[in-house]
Amino acid sequence: MATLELTIDEGVAAQPAKRGRRLGLLFWLAIGWMIFMFAVAILAPVLPLPSPTDMDMLERRAPFSMEHWLGTDGLGRDELSRLIHGARISLVVGLCAPIIGLTLGGALGMLAGYFRGRFESLVVGSMDVLLAFPPLILALAVTAFLGQSILNLTFILGVLGIPAFMRVARAATLTLARREFVIAAQALGATHARILLRELLPNVILPLFAFFLLAVAVTIVVEGALSFLGLGVPPPISSWGTMIGEGRESLDVAPGSPSCRRRRCSLPCFPSIWSATPCAR
Amino acid sequence: MAFFVARRLLYLVPVLIAVSLLTFLIASLLPGDLAYTILGDQATPENVAALRRDMGLDQPIWWRYLSWLGNVLQGDFGRSFRTGQTVLQAVAERLPVSIELMLLAQLGALAIGVPLAIICAARSGGPFDRFMTGTAFGMLSVPTFLSAILLIYFFAVELRWLPATGYVPFAEDPAGNLRFMVLPALTLALAEWPGIMRVLRSDMIATLQEDYIALAKAKGLKASRILFVHALKPSSLTLVTITGINIGRLIGGTVIVETIFALPGIGRLLIGAIYTRDLIILQGVVLLVGAGFVIVNFIVDLLYAVLDPRIRHGHA
Repeated sequence: MATLELTIDEGVAAQPAKRGRRLGLLFWLAIGWMIFMFAVAILAPVLPLPSPTDMDMLERRAPFSMEHWLGTDGLGRDELSRLIHGARISLVVGLCAPIIGLTLGGALGMLAGYFRGRFESLVVGSMDVLLAFPPLILALAVTAFLGQSILNLTFILGVLGIPAFMRVARAATLTLARREFVIAAQALGATHARILLRELLPNVILPLFAFFLLAVAVTIVVEGALSFLGLGVPPPISSWGTMIGEGRESLDVAPGSPSCRRRRCSLPCFPSIWSATPCAR
Repeated sequence: MAFFVARRLLYLVPVLIAVSLLTFLIASLLPGDLAYTILGDQATPENVAALRRDMGLDQPIWWRYLSWLGNVLQGDFGRSFRTGQTVLQAVAERLPVSIELMLLAQLGALAIGVPLAIICAARSGGPFDRFMTGTAFGMLSVPTFLSAILLIYFFAVELRWLPATGYVPFAEDPAGNLRFMVLPALTLALAEWPGIMRVLRSDMIATLQEDYIALAKAKGLKASRILFVHALKPSSLTLVTITGINIGRLIGGTVIVETIFALPGIGRLLIGAIYTRDLIILQGVVLLVGAGFVIVNFIVDLLYAVLDPRIRHGHA
């Protein structure tokens, strides 16, 4: 299982080099959209928006208007506001979870790739066990027991990301550790810690970071799936997944509103992945 | 080959044991007492103590794990305290639905992905190729729960061609069963085809540059024959591996799709168990799905080794 999957990681990483040059305009559009999303999400409390949780029972499922730019949902809550506040949740979880994976997985992978031996077999073996579960099933099972909260959600998605980061870091370290500059450092009497942090880390961090960007996109989608199933963020808060789930319930009542909502919700997912891959160069 | 199989089998045992241990630990160490959950509002200290003794919850944890594992190995996964059904019964009832769904989805994804990959590889770099790689890339970022709703909206709400939710067993009404299965399978297929297409396309492009393809061209063979007969088979190796790895994603997708389309499969069983806090069913289903996934991947590894001799003798 282990070796076979690595070849694919490389394949995925190798492809976008060509595409990046071709999709120049799309790439910059995606970056611009990402920056816009982040700015709006960060500035959400300052922007003149209605509260995302205030209900207005007289204005349920309202269409677009000057007052509610994107209409209201089944409980009369402003959609634009919920979308923007939802972006905060999706982006926080989407960024924090891969950071857990990046630090823990990256550290384990580098140590395993550098020291080899029994430690390496132990790390790779235990990661294979984590990979033995279909990720969504494991995430579902753990959230069911731990209870719903943003912290738990981030933690679980982060832990699920560790094996992949570990593999990327280990593969990079394995090839680098045999290079001349590492051997030179060893010959100069550098300590293991120094070699790992000063010689290897700056080189390993590049593929790790490229993978990190992809992981952000994947995490946002998985968080969406969990929230969609009602097991992500707890109810009053909105996240993109919750909103799509709510939109589905009013599908037959007000078809106009959910169809637009769905389009909006898909927008953020697109560019995050698009921009991630050209960056993977 | 026998050596390769033996080595992989030897590796399979500790992984399966660790899977069972992890499943057990998730269910046992995390907060929430099974006895309180079962008794609900009838929980008096005496009742809870009695039930804990009956279920062996007062035993040390390693003993509980070993006795649970012993039961599991004898095929006794426990019994739901809500419905009284055994885990095996519940799973056996629902497994055919999930497997049918996954098979149809995989077939659909292959039916979309393989022809597109061949066309793209034949004219790689051309406008169609660029358009399709772009589309595949965009499709990768559309989550299943989104495309499912779009499909329902389009085919069930607007056009009214297909039912939005529901299920009939295949044995009762094959045509009706397929009608219910089309949209769920299509949803999953839409998520799967980009991966298939991208892998096959890049492998085909590499194969088409081999010398024997040039020879076939020089001999004056028809382009279609070169593509389908000479290039397709050697290019489909990676596809087998991809299929194995994708099964994990497919299982996750099945959970979502079954919830949306109200199909009585494993995914619905799992979600239902989570909502009703039916820990025994949850534990059993997670273990079975995890173990099944490990074994399927093991078989895919073997298949790969059969197809490609380099793996058998290499560093796998």
